[in-house]
Amino acid sequence: MPQNPVNNIDEYLVNKVFDGHQLWELVTIPDNVPIVLMLGLVVFFLWMSFRQAKANDRLIANLEKNPEMAKTHHRNVFPFHKSWDRTVSVWPYLLKREFLAAMIVTAFLIVWSVYLNAPLEEPANPTLTMNPSKAPWYFLGLQEILVYFDPWIAGVVLPFLIVGGLCIIPYIDTNPLGNGYYTFKQRKFAITTFLFGFLVLWVALVILGTFMRGPGWMFFYPGEPWDHTKVVVEVNRNLNDIFGITGTVPVAIFGAVVVAGYLAVGGAVFHALFRKTRVFARMSTIQYAHLVLFFVLMMSLPIKMFIRLAFNIKYVWITPWFNI
Amino acid sequence: MTENKGSGTTTKPPKKSAKERVEELEQELKDSQVWKSVFRHKLDDTPRNRSLAVLSNVFLHLHPARINRDAVRYNFTWGMGGITFYLFVVLTLTGVLLMFYYHPSKVQAFRDILYIMNDVPFGNVLRNMHRWAAHAMVITTWLHMMRVFMTGSYKPPREFNWVIGVQLLLFTMLLSFTGYLLPDDQLGFWAVTVGTNMARATPFLGHEGPFAPELGINAFNDVRFALLGGSIVDANALLRAYIWHCIAIPIIASVLMIVHFWRVRKDGAISGPSPVMLASEVKPPKKR
Repeated sequence: MPQNPVNNIDEYLVNKVFDGHQLWELVTIPDNVPIVLMLGLVVFFLWMSFRQAKANDRLIANLEKNPEMAKTHHRNVFPFHKSWDRTVSVWPYLLKREFLAAMIVTAFLIVWSVYLNAPLEEPANPTLTMNPSKAPWYFLGLQEILVYFDPWIAGVVLPFLIVGGLCIIPYIDTNPLGNGYYTFKQRKFAITTFLFGFLVLWVALVILGTFMRGPGWMFFYPGEPWDHTKVVVEVNRNLNDIFGITGTVPVAIFGAVVVAGYLAVGGAVFHALFRKTRVFARMSTIQYAHLVLFFVLMMSLPIKMFIRLAFNIKYVWITPWFNI
Repeated sequence: MTENKGSGTTTKPPKKSAKERVEELEQELKDSQVWKSVFRHKLDDTPRNRSLAVLSNVFLHLHPARINRDAVRYNFTWGMGGITFYLFVVLTLTGVLLMFYYHPSKVQAFRDILYIMNDVPFGNVLRNMHRWAAHAMVITTWLHMMRVFMTGSYKPPREFNWVIGVQLLLFTMLLSFTGYLLPDDQLGFWAVTVGTNMARATPFLGHEGPFAPELGINAFNDVRFALLGGSIVDANALLRAYIWHCIAIPIIASVLMIVHFWRVRKDGAISGPSPVMLASEVKPPKKR
């Protein structure tokens, strides 16, 4: 047990509260093992995609420099010889590989199931709250957002926006390049935006929620023992308080102006940067409007997180019915 | 006595080796009515039989008879879609076996899990496999989504299949979430409490969401009540989670999977690796 609570990263490093044993215990809890695996797999497949993307981009660069080669080269980085068939029989080539994959997955599952037991806590007791009370790991991203937004946004509006935003991707992506092969240079905006949303705003928050959120949903550095008696003093204020605005109606109007202003400024900044791109010319007004809207709304999450952590601002818009 | 020569002569056939006799028996078996009624085509390795092996099999004819030679490599697809489906099958099988030992009632649920873990032969392996396959399936779904995005395999003509895939992602996570409550332990109970408490904050439909008092929404008529079958996470919630988990969502997910796999074939099989396109080869946008 550390004598002094750790309040910031300097204290964490100077007081050397890193407890390797505690971290190891946390990482090897059977229910946390899949999360560690996920992290490893995500990193591995990210590396694999970018390796192939780099190879394809090199090929594309060479073909663009050399139009003659572009006419005759077989347009792929995989080995190819003119005498080879372009297609192969599914049986045996694909099916044998699929069967092998199934066997490997089964073997892995069986070994995993023999050695790691699924968790089973005490019987459900409505009068005894667990602390910390965590959602299943795949929803920890949403639970983390609860720190920065009210439940109706974090739990309802944002999930709808996430699902809606994912569904709309094919309809606002008008870039014909990269259809069926890995590339980065030809799809920089799409890949950067998607990976930011997936890796930073989803996977990273899951990791944060699993390993760095302890009792009371307080932040604990990796290896810092989870202390139930730790007290975090945080004085949050609302945006209207900073500007000295009071009274229900002025506050509500102020908040509306702030949110509308953010959407307008965000949209303007996005437009200024995006209109020079190749794909902009291919988009219809409706497509572009949706792209701007979803992008600006997506960015509102890290921005709100930042102003909360840096400036202790809780709400930017307060009305009698809802707060944002 | 003169020897009879000519057609009347019978010469002993040369002795057959064991191998030849086995081969003869094998051929008799394969010519039998029983065999031919089950295996409708010959199994020797010819291009025709290779195609028939896939096309005339109800389970395998999901696949085309031939595919792009580079799509066989795991570099492109990572096999994640197939592995996700395989995990779904594993979960269905282990789930059905678990159902033999589980009663979805507050009195029995927890005890049934203890019974499965301690008394049912290989019960702990069964339950563990179900849980770990579930976590693995959520992860492989995410990886599959990442792969499809990185290869641009949602671009025309595959847009709708991506949308179906997003629904499948949603239902995979809901399957996992409804299953989480079934052991009726502290972990499941409070996780579902946290989750459904978000439902009471729904705008217009939740009793703690914006505009609830104006619409007369209270704890007994909001969307959370509809989900739980009550205002608290209790016996009704457990039964509903059980039905969603074992019947309703698997049916919905199966239908979506049927459409998803069908669309893969109809949209032109696995998207790649397709030939790289140069920016100079892109057709100019249509004039509006």
